[in-house]
Amino acid sequence: MKNNLEILSLSISELKSYYKSGDLTPLEVSIEYLKRIKEIEPEIDAFIEVFEEEALKEAEKLTKLKKFDMPLYGIPIAIKDNINVKGHETKASSNILKGYKSTFDATVVERLKDAGAIILGKTNLDEFAMGSSTENSAFKLTKNPYSKEFVPGGSSGGSAAAVSAKEALVSLGSDTGGSVRQPAAFCGVYGLRPTYGLVSRYGLIAFASSLDQIGPIGRNLNDLFLLLSTIAGKDNLDSTTLAIKSYNDLPDETLIGKFATIKEFEDITIDREIFERYEEVKKLLMEKFTITQYSFPHYNYALPAYHIIADSEASSNLSRFDGIRYGARDNANSFEDTINSTRTSNFGKEVKRRILLGTFALSQGYIDKFYKKALLARNIISRELTSILNEVDFILAPTTPTLPFKFGEKKDPLKMYYSDIFTIPSSLAGLPSINIPAGLSDSGLPVGIQVIGSKLSEKKLYKISKYIKVELNV
Amino acid sequence: MFRPVIGLEIHIQLLTKSKMFCSCPTNYGASPNSNICEVCLGYPGTLPTINKEAVKMGIMLALSLNCKINNVSSFYRKNYFYPDLPKGYQITQFDLPLSENGLLSIEGKDIRIRRIHLEEDSAKLIHGEDEILVDFNRCGIPLIELVTEPDITSPEEAGEFLEKLKEIVDFLGISSGKMEEGALRCDVNVSLKNVEGNFGTKVEIKNLNSFKAVVKAIKFEIDRQNNLLDKGESVLSETRAFNEKNETTILMRSKETLNDYRYFPEPDLLLLSVKNDEIEKIRTTLPELPHNAYMRLIENFSLSNEEAKLLTSSKDILSFFDGCTKLYKDYKTIVNWISSEILKNLNKMNKSLKDVPLNPENFTKMLTLINEGKISGKIGKTILEEMMLTGKEPDDIIKEKGLFQLSDSDALESIIEEIIANNPKEVSIYRSGKKNLFGFFMGEAMKKTNGKANPQLLKEIMLEKLEKNG
Repeated sequence: MKNNLEILSLSISELKSYYKSGDLTPLEVSIEYLKRIKEIEPEIDAFIEVFEEEALKEAEKLTKLKKFDMPLYGIPIAIKDNINVKGHETKASSNILKGYKSTFDATVVERLKDAGAIILGKTNLDEFAMGSSTENSAFKLTKNPYSKEFVPGGSSGGSAAAVSAKEALVSLGSDTGGSVRQPAAFCGVYGLRPTYGLVSRYGLIAFASSLDQIGPIGRNLNDLFLLLSTIAGKDNLDSTTLAIKSYNDLPDETLIGKFATIKEFEDITIDREIFERYEEVKKLLMEKFTITQYSFPHYNYALPAYHIIADSEASSNLSRFDGIRYGARDNANSFEDTINSTRTSNFGKEVKRRILLGTFALSQGYIDKFYKKALLARNIISRELTSILNEVDFILAPTTPTLPFKFGEKKDPLKMYYSDIFTIPSSLAGLPSINIPAGLSDSGLPVGIQVIGSKLSEKKLYKISKYIKVELNV
Repeated sequence: MFRPVIGLEIHIQLLTKSKMFCSCPTNYGASPNSNICEVCLGYPGTLPTINKEAVKMGIMLALSLNCKINNVSSFYRKNYFYPDLPKGYQITQFDLPLSENGLLSIEGKDIRIRRIHLEEDSAKLIHGEDEILVDFNRCGIPLIELVTEPDITSPEEAGEFLEKLKEIVDFLGISSGKMEEGALRCDVNVSLKNVEGNFGTKVEIKNLNSFKAVVKAIKFEIDRQNNLLDKGESVLSETRAFNEKNETTILMRSKETLNDYRYFPEPDLLLLSVKNDEIEKIRTTLPELPHNAYMRLIENFSLSNEEAKLLTSSKDILSFFDGCTKLYKDYKTIVNWISSEILKNLNKMNKSLKDVPLNPENFTKMLTLINEGKISGKIGKTILEEMMLTGKEPDDIIKEKGLFQLSDSDALESIIEEIIANNPKEVSIYRSGKKNLFGFFMGEAMKKTNGKANPQLLKEIMLEKLEKNG
C-alpha cells in the first residue's frame, strides 16, 4: 500500500489505474486528502468550507460503484467559492452573501459530479474575484504554500494554494484578468484560462460577464487538460458558450513551428529572476522553433480598458446583492435605506471601489469618454493579438511581472492592478493562455511562464506545454 | 390657440408559454411566487437565455404594423434599484431594437410607430399597511414595448389607436390585451404646439388602467396645459399620475431628477440575429388582421360598416360569426343575435366569448328551431342564456324546461276564451274601437302560456275571437 505522501502525488491517470487494479479506492484517497487538509489547512487557509462528510459519502458511493470509465472517477477536487455547489453556501468571499445557500449546481459542477469527481470543498478568493492576492477575502488570508509570508496570488488564491499544498489533486478557479494564471504562477502549478465561451459560466457568480472564464488548476499538465475536457463544451444555459459540443470537437492543428514574443512586454522592467527564466525558455524554444519579436502597439491601453470594462460590468452584476431575497440584510426604514446599509456594511473596500468606478464609467456624460472608448480599445487589442497569432503558433510571455509579494506589500491599488499586466491582454481578446511553472527563484518562490494561443487552440496549447515542461525539466 | 401633440408608449405582455429569459410558466392568476426560478429571481450565477417564441411574436406584431425588422438587434441592461427588479437591472433593448418605423392606420389617419422592442416585465408589488409584498410571478414575463411618433392630436385618436392595437394583438393571438389584468399598459406623452408650430414642454402621464382612463387623462391634461399657458405660466417637464376618482392628473415626479439608467449592452446575451427567410416564414403564417377581416365582411356579406366593425372587434367574435355562416344562411339574423343578445349576456356574465361554452353548432341549431317555428324568439333568448351558462344542446334545454311552442289551436282557443271571459271591461273597450288594447290581450295570453304560444297563430285566433261580436 502507498503511504500518505505518495498517494497525494499521484496524477489522475495514475489514480485511475490504481482504482482499476484495486490497489486503491476513491474512499482511501479521499481520506488521505482530508487528512492532509486537517494537517496543513491551519497554515494555508485555502478553504472556506471543507465538505468532509459529504466527500466521504460520495467517495464511499463511488468505491462501491466501481465505474472506472468515468472520466474523473474518484478524483478529489476543490472549487472556488464563486461557483455554485448545490446545498452549500456560495459566498464569493463576501459578507453580503452570508447565509446564501445554492439551490443549484453550476454547469461545471454538474459535469464534474457526472464525471465521478469528489468535491472536497470551496476555496478562498478575493471578494467577488476582485484582486490579485486573495487579501480581499472577507474571511481569511490564504498563504503561499512555498512561503507563508507571501500571498498566493489571486483571485483564485485558494484554489491554487490548495493544489500546490496537495490539499486537492486539481481545482477550479475563474479568470477574469488573470485570476487563474497569476495565482498558479505564484503557487508553482499549472493554470489555464480557456478560450472565452469554451466553458459555461452558468453558476459562476459574475464579476465581468464578457471576461469571466472558469479554468482548471493542477500540479500535472495531463490532469489540467483532463479537467478541462470534462467541463468544456456548449451549455444551453449560457448563451455565450461557443458551438463546440465537447473538448474532442476542438480543432487539432499541427504546429507551424513559430513563436512570437512581444516587444513592448520585453521593454517592461520585471523581476530579474522571472526575466532570466523567460530568456531561458526562449532559448530552449529556439532550438526547435523560430521566435520572432512582434510589436503590440496598443498594449498599454489594455490595463485601463480592462478595468473600465470589468468594473462597468461588475457595477451592474453586483446590483442584485440588495439584501432583499438572499444573503445579508441590514434592515432600515425604507427600501432605499435598506439597500444602502446592506451594501455599505457588507461589501469590502475593493468591491466598493470597483462598483463606484464602473458606475461612473457608465454614467451619462462619461460613458462615451470611458466605457465606449474602452470597448474600442478592446477591439484594437484583440485585432493586434489576433494578427500576430495568425502568423505564429503562440505568443510567449511572462505570467507575472514580479515574484510573489508579501501580505500588505501592495497597498496602492494601481500597483496591485499592475500584477496582471501580462495576463490582461489575452483576457480582453478571449484567447486561451496557460501558466507553466518554470522552477523556483533563489529565494525559493515559484516562477511562471505564459503561453498564449489563438481561439480554440487548446489542443495545440497542450502539446507545446508538454514540450516546454519536458525540455525545462522542472 | 394650441394644438395637442400626443405620443404613446405601450407595453404588451406576450402569451408565450415561458418567460422571456427562463423556462418559468407565465399563466396569469397563479398563486404568488409560484412561477419563479433562480434565473428570474436573479440568483447569483444565473444567466438569461432568449425566448424564441417571444421573438417570433415580436416579429408578428412588427410585420402587422409594417415595421422594418432589424436583422441584428441587441439587448441592453437598464440599471436601477427597485424591489420589483431582482437583478438590479432590466434586460431590454435600446440601440438596435427588434424593429422600427411602422404604421397603424386609424380612421383616415396614419400614426407612425417609432419602434417595437422586446424586454422583461418586473415583479408586482403589493403595498400593505406597513410592508411591501413582492410577487415575482410577473417578473420576467415577455413584454413588447411599442413607441409611437407624436402623431396623435386628440384624446379620441389615442383611444382609437389603442382599440385598434388591442384588436391586432388579439387577432395575432400574441396577447390578451387586457388592460385590467395589466396585459396592456399605456403611458402617454402630451404637449401643446402653438400656431407657429413650436413644440411645448412634454408631460408624461402614468397609472392609466383602461382605455377610458387614457382618453380622460389626455383630455384633462390638455385643459390643464392650456390653462397654464393662457395664464402666461409655463408647463413643466414632469411625470404625472392619473387619478381615476376625480379624473385629474397629479404630479408624480419632476423630470429634473431624471434617473441615469446607465444603459450598456447585455454581456450575457449574444446579438439577436433574425434572417430574412425566417421573417418571410413568419409573414406567411400571419393570420387575417382585423382590417382585412373588416373589408371581407363588407364585401362578402354586405354588412354595414358598424356591423363589420363590431364583428371584428375581437378574434373570438369574428371566428364565431365565420363559423355560424357555414351552418346558417341568414347572415343578418346571426349578426343581430351577436350584437344584441350574445354581447348583452357576455356583459352580464363579465366574460368573453371564448370563456363560455357557446359554439356555432349549438347556436345555429337554436336559430333553426326559431326559423322552423318550433320555438318563439323569446324562448330562443332563454335557450341562448342557458347554452351560454351550461353549454347544453338547445333540444335538451327545451325538453328539460318544457319550452316547445304551443301551436295547438284548440288549446290556444280555450286560453283566449278564458281571457275574454275574465276581462269583460277591456273587451268592451276594445270592441268600442280602442284597437291598441290588442297588445294587452296578447300579453295576457303569453303570460298564461309562459311565453310558449306560437305568436303568429295566437294573433290570428285572438283577432278572430275579439272581432267576433259576443
